[in-house]
Amino acid sequence: MHAAVVVFPGSNCDRDLAVALSRAGARVTMVWHKDTAMPQGVDLIAVPGGFSFGDYLRCGAIAANSPICQSVKAHAERGGYVLGICNGFQILTETRVLPGTLLRNAALKYICRPVPLTVTTADSAFTCRYEAGQTITVPIAHHDGNYHADAETLAALKDEDRIAFRYARNPNGSADDIAGILSQNRRVLGMMPHPERMAEPAHGGTDGAAMFAGLVDQLAHA
Amino acid sequence: MKARVYIMLKTGVLDPQGEAVRHALGSLGFDGVNSVRQGKVIELDLKDGTTEATINDMCERLLANTVIESYRVEIL
Repeated sequence: MHAAVVVFPGSNCDRDLAVALSRAGARVTMVWHKDTAMPQGVDLIAVPGGFSFGDYLRCGAIAANSPICQSVKAHAERGGYVLGICNGFQILTETRVLPGTLLRNAALKYICRPVPLTVTTADSAFTCRYEAGQTITVPIAHHDGNYHADAETLAALKDEDRIAFRYARNPNGSADDIAGILSQNRRVLGMMPHPERMAEPAHGGTDGAAMFAGLVDQLAHA
Repeated sequence: MKARVYIMLKTGVLDPQGEAVRHALGSLGFDGVNSVRQGKVIELDLKDGTTEATINDMCERLLANTVIESYRVEIL
């Protein structure tokens, strides 16, 4: 499985994400934001966390309009797999690859701590190594993670089983406790928590590792 | 030419920052502040003859996130 990790000025989880993917068996290429095309034959594009372009204007808004994001959009539209974590999730909503948006946390505080998540669906390449209903612990680290969408979008996410993860105890005011959502074709996942920061014993837990193992396994056979 | 773009959260979208400002005004002793909404003002210095349609396009594609924000353009 060949994964591309996109690097923006201000990304700070790009290398953690590359390590998590390569430890799971993926071949990883780093792609700079000024590049206009993905390497040939990429199976997964991973958009990492951080503070792309200093969070200027809105989190992810400038990155969403950078040259490489046209390829991210095109890859998603072709039915390619995309994973956006934290700032990566914000970028995917700004590009409208995923619906809704991430508002300032309800308590206005930056929150950085491990949180319990409920795996809401196991029906995706990202979550296939988990059981639906399982609780895992993964850290969050964000100021703008309060998921917001109109009632119609929220109903569609629920009806189509596209909520991938919910917070077991809502830390940021997210609608319907949403921590991560899938695209309609279930091949794009955006989530605020950081599975790449809980992927080996030295991190204090390995609950995130199953996501990368599942992805490598599913996409190698795709 | 110059233009000013006013960006506000849409009605119904919770504005936690505005709410914090409202609380702070209350603790300063200002009574009767029923609600505070916080937005953004962006000033653009533009080539003469730039159409309002072009400025609207800038708002739609970058300056505002129309999922949660509305905007108003004022040509100065």
